[in-house]
Amino acid sequence: MATTTDPHRAGFRLSQLVYDTRYRSMTIQIVALVALIVAGWWLVANVVQNLSALGKDFDFGFLSSRAGYDINQTLIAYDNSMSHGRASLVGILNTLLVAFMGCVTATVLGVIAGVLRLSRNWIVAKLMAVYVEGFRNVPLLLWIVLIFAVMTESTPQPRDFRVLDDGTSAASMLLGDTIAITNRGVFIPAPVWGSGALVLGLVFLASLVAIWAYRRWAFARQERTGQIAPVFRVSLVLFLVPTILVFLFMAFLSDRQTLVAYGGADGQDLAGFAQALGPDGRVTACVVPGTTQALLVRRALRNSDANFSLVEVADGEAAIAAAEAGECNLISQPPGVDPATIPAGGFALSDGIRSGNPVEFDVPVLGGFNFEGGLQVRNSLIALWLALSLYTGAFIAEIVRGGILAISRGQSEAAFALGLRPNRTMNLVILPQALRVIIPPLISQYLNLTKNSSLAIAVGYMDVRATLGGITINQTGRELEGMLLLGGFYLGLSLLISGVLNVYNNRVKLKER
Amino acid sequence: MKKSVFLGAATVACLGAGAAAAQTLESVQENGVLNCGVSTGLTGFSSPNASGEWEGFDVGICRAVAAAVLGDPMAVNFVPTTGQTRFTALASGEIDLLARNTTWTFSRDVDLGFSFAGVNYYDGQGFMVPRALGVSSAQDLDGATVCIQTGTTTELNLADYFRVNNISYEPVPIETNAEAQQQYLAGACDVYTTDASGLAATRASFENPGDHVILPEIISKEPLGPLVRQGDDQWADIVRWTLNALIAAEEYGVTSTNVSELASGTDNPEINRLLGSEGELGAMFGLENDWAQQAIAAVGNYGELFEQNIGESTPIGLARGLNAQWTDGGLMYAPPFR
Ligand SMILES: N[C@@H](CCC(=O)N[C@@H](CS)C(=O)NCC(=O)O)C(=O)O
Repeated sequence: MATTTDPHRAGFRLSQLVYDTRYRSMTIQIVALVALIVAGWWLVANVVQNLSALGKDFDFGFLSSRAGYDINQTLIAYDNSMSHGRASLVGILNTLLVAFMGCVTATVLGVIAGVLRLSRNWIVAKLMAVYVEGFRNVPLLLWIVLIFAVMTESTPQPRDFRVLDDGTSAASMLLGDTIAITNRGVFIPAPVWGSGALVLGLVFLASLVAIWAYRRWAFARQERTGQIAPVFRVSLVLFLVPTILVFLFMAFLSDRQTLVAYGGADGQDLAGFAQALGPDGRVTACVVPGTTQALLVRRALRNSDANFSLVEVADGEAAIAAAEAGECNLISQPPGVDPATIPAGGFALSDGIRSGNPVEFDVPVLGGFNFEGGLQVRNSLIALWLALSLYTGAFIAEIVRGGILAISRGQSEAAFALGLRPNRTMNLVILPQALRVIIPPLISQYLNLTKNSSLAIAVGYMDVRATLGGITINQTGRELEGMLLLGGFYLGLSLLISGVLNVYNNRVKLKER
Repeated sequence: MKKSVFLGAATVACLGAGAAAAQTLESVQENGVLNCGVSTGLTGFSSPNASGEWEGFDVGICRAVAAAVLGDPMAVNFVPTTGQTRFTALASGEIDLLARNTTWTFSRDVDLGFSFAGVNYYDGQGFMVPRALGVSSAQDLDGATVCIQTGTTTELNLADYFRVNNISYEPVPIETNAEAQQQYLAGACDVYTTDASGLAATRASFENPGDHVILPEIISKEPLGPLVRQGDDQWADIVRWTLNALIAAEEYGVTSTNVSELASGTDNPEINRLLGSEGELGAMFGLENDWAQQAIAAVGNYGELFEQNIGESTPIGLARGLNAQWTDGGLMYAPPFR
């Protein structure tokens, strides 16, 4: 007997595709898919047709042709004879640098501001509210431009640092003449790694491992016995002391390099040699760039009041060859060199100079137009970095505050009842739970920050938008290829960031058993 | 329902795509306005005056073309472009003509797919420094910080010049002339480099122009001229011959004041053909026969345009130099109108 619940077995009619709810959703999806494919195909065909109408082809060959333009901030070696591909890579690294710096600072700022906004201290809470609302409600571009303008207009030019005849100068360096804040950026001492730097690095790594091991041990013991070990103080000691001791030891051992002068006379010292060259003479020193020896030779020459210039060579042997060819009249030999082996024609100067500690600091010094040496943190980078951090930090603060408020009051009351102090309650009870709420929206903030870094255009920071997406496109006319690459890069980077953070999210999220 | 919306959208989009390939002259005449790309503001060449009207040497080219094509020099929609956006604006059809001190180079002409209609200013790249720096030659610039506009030939010339002369420098990339000026005056760069004409124009707008020197070195050839998209020969011809008409007018003594009088006929057949009282030159490229007369009446001949905007009587004070007529030892030489 046929029951009414049986589906009709009657033949399938075409109209069922539209009127039968069992098929309708499928029909709609297929139609949508076809439409999507048609639209996509039409777009591509349109592009191909328009490109051929303009007489342009689709070719990524431009990436290997000569770029021809210079970039001011390069994290890897670059000059204008390298390719557009290399210039793009320089831009990519600059983007990554500012995005990374921005994400770190924004997180720190955001967490602090988010927690403090909940503070019971009225002034602190209100100050944080002002910060958050101020940055959240004004466009990022304005902040970038504003910070940049303030930094160029309110800071002195490098030449204001020049000491005038009356002994005064319009501006002066900070922290014992090591840092200069100018309208072209902040010049800070740059570390130069000398011999022994590797050992020092290994010691430092070893102390990090030791800190990690100690913390594990301390926690395990606390779980077992309830005794609390002084984790922070011991970690701090482990962090600093071994490295400093090794540094001091190596500095104590460090030897003097021998300066070999060509055309000098036996027994002269550096000043004597320079004087013997006469007022029009010039000490030209062949040095290997990036070594502590080179740094100290330059410092000695600068202090000796001699007329000097530096010629950069690849290594010690090249320096000897260059000196013998007459390209320079001063070279340096490694510590402990036997005077008998000094290359022909040269004399060892009587005052050898220090060969350098494992790390030496290259301190910026005012040169002809600019500060020379040291590390220049350009205003464009500072403005972009600060603005991105402050702006995104304001959003993160709200996310953190929301995350904390999402944890029920009962949790903190329970923690207080157990006798935990407020900051421990925050660190041990509230924040770990709040993280679960905080991390997913935090990922989008990181993505926003990374993409917003392309606003670098406003201050002339040479990110990937400015190199690949700007000058390269402009000089080669490859808009489509360039924009596709640029889009691909931002897409890849965003996916990477969210991928990594999702892994972290999976680790901290509530484990349901 | 969903289907029909989708197909409908696709059809509309297809129709739109077909229309974009139309001839430039037709679309300009149809719209009744010429879209002309100019700079974002460079006094003397193209900048808005106090009442917001664009004026300058390059603006004159836009107005002359509008007068020749539409009979109305004011029927121009000026689109400010930066060094970086100008070529995209032209290639995409946002503008019909680019007159923005743009250097005629091989790759722009051949590879980027544009046609240069001629040269309205023969220039070269120079350097400007504050007098207080005491620099007298570009060779002394080792270690200097240099402001440059990105997306320009300037950027490439600079890299080549400093490389060849083994001078190190720090480039500060900048979008527009106004920003460059602000950075330079704030001392964020020691040197500003661009076309020498641009330097003169920029310096003229300073409060104390005397505090800045332009160094003697000219490190490149920068023939500046108007350009159009490649592939529309009729439109390229119109722009090219409008410029030639202005140059020829100066050679033959036709000025904005006497042009209407001369247009009624003279005993110089070349002038008659130029101004349309003889022959059918205008009709040959689809314009009225008085096209050149309109252009000259609107902006004056080449010499007038030069004197009014950038010549020695203006604060910019550029001498004719290479831009004098060939009869005066310059390079301005219009082919015959016949
Ligand atoms: N002639 C060069 C440079 C052109 C250029 O950018 N000139 C500057 C200064 S002379 C300018 O016009 N700036 C105006 C603006 O910023 O819009 C080129 O074609 O690449």
